[in-house]
Amino acid sequence: MADKPDTVGQSRVLQPARLGDLLESLRTRGYELVGPTVRDGAIIYDTISGPADLPVGWTDEHGAGNYRLRRRDDEALFGYTVGPHSWKKFLFPPAALLWRASRDADGITIADDDDDVPRFAFIGVRPCELAAISILDRVLLQGEYTDPNYATRRRQAFIVAVNCAQPGGTCFCSSMNTGPEATGGFDLCLTEVIGSDAHYLLAKAGTEAGETVLADLPVRTATEEEMAAAAAVCADAAAHMGRTVDTTAIRDLLYRNAENARWNETATRCLACANCTMVCPTCFCSTVEDTTDLAGTHAERRRVWDSCFTADFSYLHGGSIRRSVRARYRQWLTHKLAAWQDQFGVSGCVGCGRCITWCPAGIDITEEIEAIRARDIGAPPVADSKETVHGDA
Amino acid sequence: MVPVAESAVVGPRPADPMRPLRYRVEQVRRETHDTFSLRMSPVDGWSIGSFAPGQFNMLYAFGTGEAAISISADPGNPARLWHTIRRAGIVTHALGRLQRGDMLGVRGPFGSAWPVAAAVRHDVLLIAGGIGLAPLRPALYHILAARKEYRNVSLLYGARTPDDILFRRELGEWRARLDLHVGVTVDHAPTSWRGDVGVVTTLIPRAPFDPANTMALTCGPELMMRFAAEELADCGVPRERIYLSMERNMKCAVGFCGHCQYGPTFICKDGPVFRYDHIHHLLVTREI
Amino acid sequence: METLEAILAEHPFFAGLKREYLALVVGCAANVRFECDQFLFRDGQEADQFYIIRHGRIALEVFIPGSGPLAVDTYTDGEILGWSWLLPPYHWQYDARATQAVRAIALDGKCLRGKCEEDNGLGYELLKRFAHLMERRLHATRLQLLDVYGTRR
Repeated sequence: MADKPDTVGQSRVLQPARLGDLLESLRTRGYELVGPTVRDGAIIYDTISGPADLPVGWTDEHGAGNYRLRRRDDEALFGYTVGPHSWKKFLFPPAALLWRASRDADGITIADDDDDVPRFAFIGVRPCELAAISILDRVLLQGEYTDPNYATRRRQAFIVAVNCAQPGGTCFCSSMNTGPEATGGFDLCLTEVIGSDAHYLLAKAGTEAGETVLADLPVRTATEEEMAAAAAVCADAAAHMGRTVDTTAIRDLLYRNAENARWNETATRCLACANCTMVCPTCFCSTVEDTTDLAGTHAERRRVWDSCFTADFSYLHGGSIRRSVRARYRQWLTHKLAAWQDQFGVSGCVGCGRCITWCPAGIDITEEIEAIRARDIGAPPVADSKETVHGDA
Repeated sequence: MVPVAESAVVGPRPADPMRPLRYRVEQVRRETHDTFSLRMSPVDGWSIGSFAPGQFNMLYAFGTGEAAISISADPGNPARLWHTIRRAGIVTHALGRLQRGDMLGVRGPFGSAWPVAAAVRHDVLLIAGGIGLAPLRPALYHILAARKEYRNVSLLYGARTPDDILFRRELGEWRARLDLHVGVTVDHAPTSWRGDVGVVTTLIPRAPFDPANTMALTCGPELMMRFAAEELADCGVPRERIYLSMERNMKCAVGFCGHCQYGPTFICKDGPVFRYDHIHHLLVTREI
Repeated sequence: METLEAILAEHPFFAGLKREYLALVVGCAANVRFECDQFLFRDGQEADQFYIIRHGRIALEVFIPGSGPLAVDTYTDGEILGWSWLLPPYHWQYDARATQAVRAIALDGKCLRGKCEEDNGLGYELLKRFAHLMERRLHATRLQLLDVYGTRR
């Protein structure tokens, strides 16, 4: 759900071998490069130093509770979909120091954390991830209060998006209108076209900053055929989604199905391990940790990622409101697909499929939504059918 | 989206909403065996400014953490900033150890307010249970300061035992007023107690109010508020004129941490004061 | 001075009761007074009456061995106290003590029981009203039982 860009740059072609020039150009402009790299059997996001760190020639296979890397038979630079990390790891770090305080005889002194905030260049941001970043913007920047740390990191970030050539087995960005082609929210957008006879990157700028960087690179204007080939890459991807989900009136569907029997069934499988919330690019729940040193004279406050799946997430007055796994799973799904719309004006799900891939129990939210819709408690009886379809109470 | 009940005038907001302002304890008052009140004033040039009745602050006890505490002060006199706190967890215990002159951190004011402006020309019922009297007290102060704008005004208050009754001196003063109906009851009482025994809802039939023209504000344990709201609705008070103050786990109070979500609402932004008809479906859903 | 008939006719408890029945009830009614700390009835005594409190307060007490009397409920102006006269074994189950001076109307339950047996219509009308009272008290008592103001363990 990225906004339409103000400046649609002209399409250029960059040779894959010269991608290093782009990375170097960003580095000399003071950016810390963050991009995909292979580590521990996964493609993760971390600091990279050059194109050699990229997962060249690697692809990933996704299934419910299933993830494997596999070698490609070509040298594609971005021939995978997404890994367990998302860019929220850098925009909204898992642990962030908010401030320090000290205490003496006179009282308390509170000091800001004025460590430098890094300027990141994100290399390889997928369209679904652009949508996720735009959603986090709504949560952390566009409400009544602003998260200053997120604001700075976000403002300083340079985004190099890469369109998807092949959707993963758990992808459903088409259903969520977030991909597979990026429509805005990037500084630069690349489409990798790779075939038996050609391998090039179609590049276009989405902002003036992107245009400036692009102008310095050894690029040439793209031909009509090259642009058409790039467009076909995305169109083809859209036709091969691993999953689909019907999001018709999904907000009201989930609200009225709070007592649907499906939640009981899912709860027998869900381990409340919180993997889904950690890999989800839009989950933003956090907690605050206040600590002191042993002498009790220095204190720190940190913001740390949290998950609504934890047992005491909803702790109040001696017990948790959502004690059962059933209630916690219901909360997560209902929030993500329904309540989010009331809160932020958009769905919280971008269809990246990570929660499906990294669920150890293989729970698939597209399947869950379909199951609830199939036995919708609140649906009016169908006129001609002999029995009305109602969920068990 | 559930509408905010009533918005408030806020004081100067620091750039980082997670950074507390420094306040100093001016006065500590023991209310009951487990409840105390703190009056505090700002140390630096910044204060939380004015607040609306029903709003809360996040109070920070050095090194221990923060707790969401309703402001129990008079909104017409915000310089005398009182909070009434019940010792329940580690933060409230730490706040309970503060003495005059000690510093603490304050962030706020947060949340939606009691609809004291919309309640003019109505009969008003304030129904408080336990510590719930503290968040309602600012509303009562506001109403009494503009008493003639309201019709019949009643305070109905239930406590666990006579030893748990808050604000005894003020209750006595309120009782003495001829323009305020006060009912006090306890759940259990020894022989020496000469007042009512029973839950606070039993005081409702005796309060002077015309259901069709009443605004009811209730605060206390969730179950008590539910019983009270249901009883009022059964009496004929329209559900859109019954207000509850809800509570959930709170970490940031600014809508970022996600802990205080109640259905699609954030208690810290859309609440804590809610209209009964807006949350009725949530109240009857278990574990929501 | 208001007559008993006028007071009972106005009382919401008897609203809708037809005149003949009201007259029967009035026939069993009498004004009573209790001093502060006087017992209206004691646990175990035969329950022959019920009361409509005109003014004052009465505590319903349970005596806890080793601990003392504990008030579990109170009744005050306008409220109806006592239904044990209506149902066997017709014994009070609590102590009822006036916590201040009380003026009440006592109704002869034994007499009314007889009349209810003769005219079941009267019985039904009274039972309906008492059932409603019991339901309200039970509902409130359950909330009281939950001890919501206490800290949850």
